Amino acid sequence: MMAGMTVIVRTISRLLFPFLFLFGVYIVVHGHLTPGGGFQGGVALAAAVLMLLLAYGMEGAQAKVNALQAELAESLGGLILVWMGLMGIIVGLAFFKNVLPFGSLGQVLSAGSLPVFNFGVGIKVATGLLTIFYAMLRIGGGEE
Amino acid sequence: MNRIVALGMVLIVGALLVFTVNEYLLPFGTFPERRIGSFENESIGQRILRDAPETTGSANVVTSIVWDYRGYDTLGEATILFTAVCGVAMLFRVTRRRS
Repeated sequence: MMAGMTVIVRTISRLLFPFLFLFGVYIVVHGHLTPGGGFQGGVALAAAVLMLLLAYGMEGAQAKVNALQAELAESLGGLILVWMGLMGIIVGLAFFKNVLPFGSLGQVLSAGSLPVFNFGVGIKVATGLLTIFYAMLRIGGGEE
Repeated sequence: MNRIVALGMVLIVGALLVFTVNEYLLPFGTFPERRIGSFENESIGQRILRDAPETTGSANVVTSIVWDYRGYDTLGEATILFTAVCGVAMLFRVTRRRS
């Protein structure tokens, strides 16, 4: 099993993790206002957990998100995307039509269904990358 | 000898690319003028930049293109990621059983 690093690295990454996680969430949530979006924010979220993985070993990261949760959340992100796209057909318009009310330009709750798409793809990218890391570490680090 | 020939090929192709780019590249900040139907004086890029905030409600034009004008395409990108994750999981699980 992968061992953790020294006390210095552990402390710094423990202190840094909430800010990195918050930054990823910020990129995802403000995807329709500022540069960034679901894909980029999801990668930032995955990098936050990867930092814990490097500092604390497999147990430290799996205490936050274990492999089963990651796989379930990835499928949930895909479901959010597809059902939000199908919502356009359900309402009676085209597939992937922007059906929710737009709101006022520049607010966090605006732009119809674009924040929902960003949220879904953010979850999907973050947990998908985590699933890849876990699957590779399971081989490199021996048994579960 | 092979290395010299390869280096010469790289330099020739590089010089070709640099000179053609210098000659044909658009000036910075301009769009390729592509007429859309009856719109004579604007290109697709200018029209999207002008209309995207009203038609999609999003302040970020890139997001409005990625998730509104081309949402179906982005669903395909998410599917590519899903397939990659499935492939990695499948590959590494098979290796674990054999070892």
